[in-house]
Amino acid sequence: MSLNIPKKLETAVNRTIRNYPQKRSASLMVLHAIQEHEGYISPEAVEWVARKLELEPINVHELVTFYPMFRQQAAGRRVIKICRTLSCALAGADGLRRHLCGKLGLDERDHRLQITEDGRFSLESVECLAGCGVAPVMMCGDDFHEGVTPEKADEILKEKE
Amino acid sequence: MVSNKSKKKTAPAPETITVKVDGQAVDMPRTMPDPLTGEPVPTTMIQACKIAGVEIPHYCYHPKLPVAGNCRMCLVEYGMPALGPDRQPLLNEDGAPEIRRMTLPYEPGTPRGAIACATPVAPGMEIYANSPATRQMREAVLESLLINHPLDCPICDQAGECKLQEYSVEHGQAASRFVEQKVHKPKQVDLGPRIMLDAERCILCSRCIRFTKDIAGDDALGFVDRGSYSTLTTFPGKPFDNNYTLNTADICPVGALTSKDFRFQMRVWFLKESPSLCTSCGTGCNVVMGSREEQIYRYEPRENDAVNSSWLCDEGRLNYRWIGRPDRLADPLRDGQKTGDWPALLQAVAERLADAKPGSTAVIASARQTTEELFLLRRLAQRLDALSDTPARLGEADQLLVSADKNPNTNGARLSGFCFTEMGINLPKIASGIRRGKITNLIVFGEDVTRCGIDRALLQKVECLIVSDILPNETTARAHFLLPGCAHAEKRGTFVNVKGRLQRFFKAVEPPGRARPETEFLTDLVHRLTGESLPDNPEGLFNHMASEIKAFSKIRWSDLGDTGVDVPV
Repeated sequence: MSLNIPKKLETAVNRTIRNYPQKRSASLMVLHAIQEHEGYISPEAVEWVARKLELEPINVHELVTFYPMFRQQAAGRRVIKICRTLSCALAGADGLRRHLCGKLGLDERDHRLQITEDGRFSLESVECLAGCGVAPVMMCGDDFHEGVTPEKADEILKEKE
Repeated sequence: MVSNKSKKKTAPAPETITVKVDGQAVDMPRTMPDPLTGEPVPTTMIQACKIAGVEIPHYCYHPKLPVAGNCRMCLVEYGMPALGPDRQPLLNEDGAPEIRRMTLPYEPGTPRGAIACATPVAPGMEIYANSPATRQMREAVLESLLINHPLDCPICDQAGECKLQEYSVEHGQAASRFVEQKVHKPKQVDLGPRIMLDAERCILCSRCIRFTKDIAGDDALGFVDRGSYSTLTTFPGKPFDNNYTLNTADICPVGALTSKDFRFQMRVWFLKESPSLCTSCGTGCNVVMGSREEQIYRYEPRENDAVNSSWLCDEGRLNYRWIGRPDRLADPLRDGQKTGDWPALLQAVAERLADAKPGSTAVIASARQTTEELFLLRRLAQRLDALSDTPARLGEADQLLVSADKNPNTNGARLSGFCFTEMGINLPKIASGIRRGKITNLIVFGEDVTRCGIDRALLQKVECLIVSDILPNETTARAHFLLPGCAHAEKRGTFVNVKGRLQRFFKAVEPPGRARPETEFLTDLVHRLTGESLPDNPEGLFNHMASEIKAFSKIRWSDLGDTGVDVPV
C-alpha cells in the first residue's frame, strides 16, 4: 500500500518536529499523528517518519514494535480496548470480553487485535488503563468507560453504531 | 611534535589513582581514552581490573565499543572509603581509611553490586572481584541469561568459542532449575548475504548493533518487540549488507550471529590457528587463519591497534578460497613438461641466465610477493643488469579499513629497491625492449604480464620466459621454466603495508604438490649466479635483508612480534 501524506499533515508534522531541540525527540508525536491519520503505521510510514527525523528506519521500527498502542495493521473503524489487568480481571473483565466477542463474532481466545467481518469494530485486550477503582473499564475509540457491565457495553456499541 | 618540544610544552602526566583489586593495590590513570572519540573518560572498574590482571566476565562490554551496560555479567561487589558527617574519610584504629562494602539501602545485609563496565573508579575504592557475593551475582545473572537459551550447543557453530559456555563452566551452575516453557523466537533468520541469526541464542547484548552503527557507520540493526520477545532484526526488507557485517559474528559472544561462509563447515576446536595477514589490499589487516588438514576454513581478525583494531572487512575475510583451488600450480615445468627435479631445473635456469648478455633480461614481480622475495629478485636483477618493475593494482578505498592499493606489499617492493616509487614506470621500457629484441629473457613472479602491457604476441618474442606463480594464467601457460610458488598462507615472510607497518606472517598450511616457497629457490638461484650464500630460512634471510635496507636498519625478525613495527616509507 502506498503512503499518502496530505500537505496539511506534513505541515503539522514539520511544526511538531520544530518543537524539539533534537529531531528524533519528536518520534512518538509524529508516529501518533500518522496513526491518527492512517489508522495504523505501515512500513512505508516508518520509512517516511525516519526520513523526516533523519534516522534509519530500524530506529523508528524499534519504537513502533515496543509500544502496544502503535498498530502495524489496519483496525476496524472503532477500536474497543478491554483492560485485562488484575483489578478489572477480578471485576469481571473476562466475562465482558467474552460477551463482546460473542456479539461481534470474534474469537474469544485471541487477545490480540481482531476486526469484525464488517470492519466496523475492533476488539483487543490491553493492560491497565488506570481505572482500577471503577473496574472493569474499557475504551471505545478515545472514550473511556467505567464499570462496564455486558448490558452497558451493548448500549455503548449501539451508541457508536 | 618537534615544535611542541621547542616550546617546552609537555602534556600533563595523566593523574593516577590507587584502587584495590582483590586486596592488591594498583595505580591506574584516572581517565582513559574513549574507544570512539579518544577523549579522556573516567577509568571504569572493568578497565581497572584488567590493569590489575584480574579478568571480569562480561558479554555486552567490548573495549572497542561504547558501553551499553545491559548484560549485567560484570557485576562486582565493591567498597568505598566511609565518610564522616564532615565529608572526611573515617579512619580505622590503625589509621587506614575505613572501607564500607556497598549494600542495598533498604536491606543493609545484602551486598549491592555495580556493573564494572560502566562504573568509574574512585580513589580508595576496593573491588572484590572474587568475593562470595560477586560470585553469587554472576551465577544469578548467568542463570537468568540461560533461562530462554535453547542450549543447542551440540549443533551450534559457536560451541568451543562461546562465552556462555565458558562462563557457565567458570561461574555457572551444573543443573538448570528452570522447568517452565522457554520463549521461542525466530531461528535461521537470513539477516543479510553473509550473516545468519538465531534469535533464540541471542542474549541481547547489543554489541552487533553498536558495532554496525558506531564502527561500520551503517545503523542497520535494532531490537524489536522489546520485552520477553525482544528480537534482533534489520528493518524488514532491508538486508544487513555492508562490508563489515562478519565482524558482528566475531563479537557476538554467543552463537546468535554466525557467518554463512563458515557455518557448519568445521568444529572450531579442530582448527589450527596461525597468525597471518590479509592480502586483499595494502592495509595488511592482521588475521588468524583457521585451518585443518591443509585446508583453510576461515580468517578471523587479530587485534592490532596500529593497523586494523579488532576488525576485518568481509571482502578480505572471504578472499581465501583461491589458496586451496584445485588448479593450483603444483609441479615445476620445463617447456610445459613436468619435472620433479628442482635442482636440475634451477641449474638449467641459472645456466641460461648466466649466459645472458647484461641488460638482456627483465624482471617483473608482483607486490603480492614478500619483501624477502622482492629483495632476492632485486639481487638477481642487479647481477643481470636487468630492468625490474612491479605493476600497480588500484581499486576503491573506504572510510574504515579498505585501501585503494590492492597490493599487500607495495611499500615492500619500493623499500627493497625492486621498483621505483612510481610503480609500473619501467613496464613500457621492458615492453619496448622486448619489441626491439633487446630484452630476450623475462623473469615474472606472481603477475600475468599479458595484463600489464606485454601482450601474447610480445611474449612470443621472449626467448626465455621464467615464471613463478601459484595459479595458472596466460603468462604461466607460455613459460619455458615454471617454478610453482606458495600462497602467503603456505610460507613465512613479511609485508610492509601502505602506512609503513612492517609485519610478518606465518605458515598455516602446506603448499600443494611440489610447489616450494619462493625464497628457497631464489636463494638457490642467487647462489648459483652470484656465489653469494644467503640464509635460506625466513628469519635469517630477513635479518640479512634488514641489515642492507636502510629503512629496516636494526630490525630483527624477532622484533616484529605479533603486531609488527613502523618503518619510514
